[in-house]
Amino acid sequence: MLEIKNLKVNYGAITALQGISLEVKQGDIVTLIGANGAGKTTTLRAISGLLKLQSGEVLYQGRNIANMPAHQIVKLGMSHVPEGRMVFANLTVLENLQMGAYLRKDKKGIQQEMDYVFSVFPRLKERQKQVAGTLSGGEQQMLAIGRALMSKPKFLMLDEPSLGIAPLLVKTIFEKIVEINKQQGISILLVEQNANLALEISRYGYVLETGRIILQDQSAALRQNPQVKSAYLGGG
Amino acid sequence: MTEFLQQLINGLSLGAIYALIALGYTMVYGVLRFINFAHSDVFMVGAFAGYYISKRIPRESLGGGLLVLAGAMLICAILGIVIERLAYRPLRSRSKLNVLITAIGVSLLLENAGQFFFGANPKVFPALFPVKTFTFGNGLVMSSNQMAVFIVAIILLVSLQFIVRKTKIGTAMRAVSFNPTAASLVGINNDVVISFTFGLGSALAAAGGILYALNYPSIDPLMGILPGLKAFVAAVLGGIGNIPGAALGGLLLGIIETFVNGSRFSTYTDAIAFAILILILLFRPAGLLGKLQVEKV
Ligand SMILES: Nc1ncnc2c1ncn2[C@@H]1O[C@H](COP(=O)(O)OP(=O)(O)OP(=O)(O)O)[C@@H](O)[C@H]1O
Ligand SMILES: [Mg+2]
Repeated sequence: MLEIKNLKVNYGAITALQGISLEVKQGDIVTLIGANGAGKTTTLRAISGLLKLQSGEVLYQGRNIANMPAHQIVKLGMSHVPEGRMVFANLTVLENLQMGAYLRKDKKGIQQEMDYVFSVFPRLKERQKQVAGTLSGGEQQMLAIGRALMSKPKFLMLDEPSLGIAPLLVKTIFEKIVEINKQQGISILLVEQNANLALEISRYGYVLETGRIILQDQSAALRQNPQVKSAYLGGG
Repeated sequence: MTEFLQQLINGLSLGAIYALIALGYTMVYGVLRFINFAHSDVFMVGAFAGYYISKRIPRESLGGGLLVLAGAMLICAILGIVIERLAYRPLRSRSKLNVLITAIGVSLLLENAGQFFFGANPKVFPALFPVKTFTFGNGLVMSSNQMAVFIVAIILLVSLQFIVRKTKIGTAMRAVSFNPTAASLVGINNDVVISFTFGLGSALAAAGGILYALNYPSIDPLMGILPGLKAFVAAVLGGIGNIPGAALGGLLLGIIETFVNGSRFSTYTDAIAFAILILILLFRPAGLLGKLQVEKV
């Protein structure tokens, strides 16, 4: 599905990614964990076309999409739920979801997607007419995920869906992510600081540290890894 | 009382023109966060486009007048799109100050080009619509040109509101305005939306130019400067970036200006009008309808 090879990204003089490679297979949930400033967000932004690459390849369904503009990458079936959610606060919930389907013309299909999103997040259905800026943080996260689903993606990237959300709701949202992966067959690349949960729902994981992948393995194995345990899972 | 109503009508019709121009400033600010100083010259080009088109079209007829209006709006829409494409887009990633200076340059270019092509001397703008004066029961008088301002302005404002609120491209405009990055992540091509915004705003300025010229029928290449400045102030007054705010600001400014003009302080019209505006902004720094946007984290 997605394979990135030797990806390098600079912000001016700062090197954020020093050449990372990772792969997400069809139907898989893969997670990328790491501390603050490790370069997780940068990785996702580079894949979805928001950042210029210094070098490296982004192969999506066999095609190199490096340096393609973000709005064209969406057309290929990739959807990115950005860090901080970035819902359109000035638009209603319904309008946000409609914008998620911006590139689609099939009214019927769009309605089906909308129904699906409402079935996954019934709260959004109740709040359709509400301006997104007045939603709670958790509701905004649901909306951000729902909006990303509206384009009927084949590949979904999520940047810290747990950020600033109460633990109970985080659990629900992670369950929904698994549900989406299972029901819709959408491949997922999940970026998280909450390594515990992320490794629980994913099959494979990568550990990023200051712009380098320092470890990668089956998620189950990573959870047993002493280095991961001490650094990311809170305790040895 | 009649005099008051009369002044109100005069003020509203002047204000409606300011409103039409102000919308362009505010919409462009909404998507690009900068003031397009060349906008007032697009207004001028609108008036001249109307002047030249009208030479080939029967005068003083409703259909002819509307045709001239539509033609000028189309020409200015294209002009606005071209200005953005050639002058502003290459500077998109630069500091806003660079773009602002470029906008002033484009403004001067249009004024000079106007003087070169249209001549520096004022031209008499023809009567596009049938000339009539309507007198109402209580002695209230309204010219057909004033009527044209009201009708055209209302139709355009309602259409604009419809486009921005109800259509896909309008929703995309609001989305880009709030967060261009998020907009591109749902597949919106920001460039297309920005072009559309420039086209729309410039078309409205053209309509404003024609309506202005109908009521003040002497046009010259520098005619845009003062109304443009006032419309810009109107946009700030209403809350820059806020579409209904620009309309409200324009109307208010037109009314204030007309009433001061009709009083014994008429020599100081602009000074007083601006003083009132500064006062309003002191109490509402974000403008009448502007609000500070809150984003939850
Ligand atoms: N726009 C920018 N300009 C300059 N440096 C940046 C920019 N964005 C990120 N960086 C730097 O790049 C590095 C990686 O940042 P990134 O946002 O990818 O980290 P992250 O792993 O997502 O962290 P967090 O978990 O805190 O979100 C950091 O050192 C950061 O300071
Ligand atoms: Mg991050």
